[in-house]
Amino acid sequence: MGSDAKRIWTPAVALTLLAGLALLSVALFMTVGVKGNWGFILPFRGLKIATMALVGYAIAVSTVLFHTITGNRILTPSIMGFDALFVLIQTSIAFFFGATFLTGLTPSLLFLVQTAAMTVFAGLLFSWLFRGGVRELHLMLLSGIIFGLLFRSLSSFFRRVIDPDEFLILQDTLFASFNRANPELLSVAAILVLLVSLAAWRLRNVFDVMALGRETAINLGVNHRRMVTVTLAMVTVLVSVSTALVGPVTFFGLLVANLAYMLVPSHRHILVLPGAAFLAVTCLVGGQLFLERVLSYGSALSIVIEFAGGIVFIMMIVMRGAR
Amino acid sequence: MKYFLLACLGVFALGVLSLFIGVSDVTPMTLLDPATSTHAFEMLMVSRVPRTLALVLAGAALSVAGLIMQMLVRNRFVEPSTAGTVESASLGLLVVMLLAPGLPVILKMLVAAAFAMAGTAVFLGILRRVPLRSEFIVPLIGLMLGGVIEAGTNFFAFRYDLLQSINAYMIGDFSAILRGRYELLWISFGLTCVAYVAADRFTVAGLGQDFTTNLGLDYRKVMALGMVIVSLVTATVVVTCGVIPFLGLVVPNIVRLVIGDHLRRTLPWVALLGAALVIACDIVARLVIAPYEIPIGTIMGVIGSGLFLYFLLRRRGYGE
Amino acid sequence: MIEVSNVTKSYGGSEVVRGVTSSLPANGVTSIIGPNGAGKSTFLSMISRLLPMSSGQVTVDGMDILTADGDAMAKKLSILRQDNHLTARLTVRDLVAFGRYPHSKGRPTSEDLAHVERSISYLGLDNLTHRFLDELSGGQRQRAFIAMVLCQDTKYVLLDEPLNNLDMKHAVAMMQLFRRAADELSKSVVLVLHDINFASCYSDLIIAMRDGKLVRQGAPAEIVTTANIQEVFDLEARVEIVEGRSIVHFYL
Repeated sequence: MGSDAKRIWTPAVALTLLAGLALLSVALFMTVGVKGNWGFILPFRGLKIATMALVGYAIAVSTVLFHTITGNRILTPSIMGFDALFVLIQTSIAFFFGATFLTGLTPSLLFLVQTAAMTVFAGLLFSWLFRGGVRELHLMLLSGIIFGLLFRSLSSFFRRVIDPDEFLILQDTLFASFNRANPELLSVAAILVLLVSLAAWRLRNVFDVMALGRETAINLGVNHRRMVTVTLAMVTVLVSVSTALVGPVTFFGLLVANLAYMLVPSHRHILVLPGAAFLAVTCLVGGQLFLERVLSYGSALSIVIEFAGGIVFIMMIVMRGAR
Repeated sequence: MKYFLLACLGVFALGVLSLFIGVSDVTPMTLLDPATSTHAFEMLMVSRVPRTLALVLAGAALSVAGLIMQMLVRNRFVEPSTAGTVESASLGLLVVMLLAPGLPVILKMLVAAAFAMAGTAVFLGILRRVPLRSEFIVPLIGLMLGGVIEAGTNFFAFRYDLLQSINAYMIGDFSAILRGRYELLWISFGLTCVAYVAADRFTVAGLGQDFTTNLGLDYRKVMALGMVIVSLVTATVVVTCGVIPFLGLVVPNIVRLVIGDHLRRTLPWVALLGAALVIACDIVARLVIAPYEIPIGTIMGVIGSGLFLYFLLRRRGYGE
Repeated sequence: MIEVSNVTKSYGGSEVVRGVTSSLPANGVTSIIGPNGAGKSTFLSMISRLLPMSSGQVTVDGMDILTADGDAMAKKLSILRQDNHLTARLTVRDLVAFGRYPHSKGRPTSEDLAHVERSISYLGLDNLTHRFLDELSGGQRQRAFIAMVLCQDTKYVLLDEPLNNLDMKHAVAMMQLFRRAADELSKSVVLVLHDINFASCYSDLIIAMRDGKLVRQGAPAEIVTTANIQEVFDLEARVEIVEGRSIVHFYL
């Protein structure tokens, strides 16, 4: 980029444009193809939009924060198996406690229990990985992916072992998708996301320092270890929210975070985080709109994300190796 | 040699055990009792023997395929499901379903093999462009390439409402194996024998292109032979019983831990252990929720990824 | 004063730093020298709290580095290690401004900004302030990091091989800068150095390490002798006095 282009493409301009795009896709999603009764359409589409926006925000923020504490831009929570772990916890609760236990809980209480369990297990697993001295990025990536596969296989094992009739009852409480939003879950999720966002707002300057790496951060007086733990907990809550609402979407975070780094010309989290969130909303809502209205492939969005994300991931590995 | 014979006996015993596990009543007793013997014998020949044979053939062939790939790519973490081979074979099957659903199974298999070969070639092509700073990059790229191909397959399967049928191939399952539906696997047995004959060449090729050429072997030919074997084996197994993940990775690595790297010595052990592992998993698959079954692909997914992690993180000074 | 008592670092069974006891003065330039693998960098990392020690204690002006508030410590002591690479894309000014973080917590005052400008011009980076770090040469990048550490304005400045990547001219300028920081601003600059002649010419105190142990400590004139070079580096060298400084000749 030339210096003129730099002067025009400031963070403020970038953020305004990205926010505009996000708003535009939301507006289009709400209005395209509306015939007749707004009283019916508004709550229906509104709920869907709210779910997608919350999920997009959660994935974008969790990925950027994860990049900050791990000091690279390829590792993401979902590549490290976080969302597979959440699904495993969901299934294990059903497996070990049975349908009666589950149906006795309200969805939001169940969700809180799952999120709590997730925070504990993810914390244990990743502090073990990080502290175990797996310094090599590629080993870390590969172990994360295989952990994800292990969690996924274990979930499907449990699912097979659960009595098929019982499983049918559970399926509704357990598995979600972009097309099936749950208003009660959504409100609990929104509160959790709000709490995490408040914490992130307070820590915004510390994140900037954390991004300089462990040693520099310690030198500048940041309690690095505690910050990693706190941030990991925040990431875990966000991943739980997005996975509970729509299920695992492996590469979405990688895509929007790296796009945000490219488009928002700043290192400051206070600018990059909203940029990534706007991008996430644009991609999810816009992508869903495009697939639904133009190609009429309603729920193939996660497949498309997987496809594009996989290619970007391979390219990032190849380019990293070439440097 | 003595150990090998003992091990063969062990696998044989496992196979016999496998013959007598299932919903309908086939036991040594019912076979001998004249009142039930015709029915029991019929069951044995139609279902149990084919299933057990299929387990042995698929287990041995896939493990050997994994071993050959590891030799040729010179990386202990490659195998058909970490190199895009399996996913390409599935894509081939989808294409057959879409364009020529009536094709006989052998032709389906050949199409799948062609796709598997192309997918593996793409994988090797990418590898050639990456400076391999770390041995972990290879499976990383392979897994991701597999994911991309799978996403492509899913997209079209979703579009043409074939997701269910293609998913049946994605998770290995021996419950539908009957007489007349597994014989394709004998091809992979033949390929395993070819691999044994060519074992020394693969060992040499595993040492590198320069080294191979120096010994007067055509490196490209050996590579091509290896890839043909791997692709054909993958395709036959996927067509007959679906994907059995990580089998070709864990078996050779276990054998390597015990007896080292010389192909002619390790290959029989790999084949034997592969067969044993698959039979054992299938027995578990039939017992856990009897009278229902769990697909063997699911069980191998748990065991395979667990062992894969063990091989990755072993000897890495945990606990400091 | 940095008091180091009986500090040890062991990995598995092997000890990289073995029972080092020393005290580093509150003012002046201190150089740590020794052959590769002597434990110099490990030692520096431990006294700057980047690396936990296996046993022993370090206090900075009476504050135990392990229990002291990280923030208070960051205003008293700064550390720069070798090989600093960043994932974030920062300009030189962004990086240097981070040096004020312990004081400003991300909301720089005009005084903080003045500090940033001063450090930038100290290191001759005025023309590069808007350049991204990944567009700079190794030497320029090294100077940007040193500017950040100086901008932190701490009494103790610890640097691991700060002359890495610098050409002769910049290396000399850098050593003169440290000298001035010690003389004019009464700071304590602690350096790990490979070039023994720089250590000899610019230091007030030299600490020599070998095999994880502190083997010599004293003024340059006492330490830089043929016998000591032989003992510490296992190298035969001639030592000459030039303009009152001991210079080691080991090329011939």
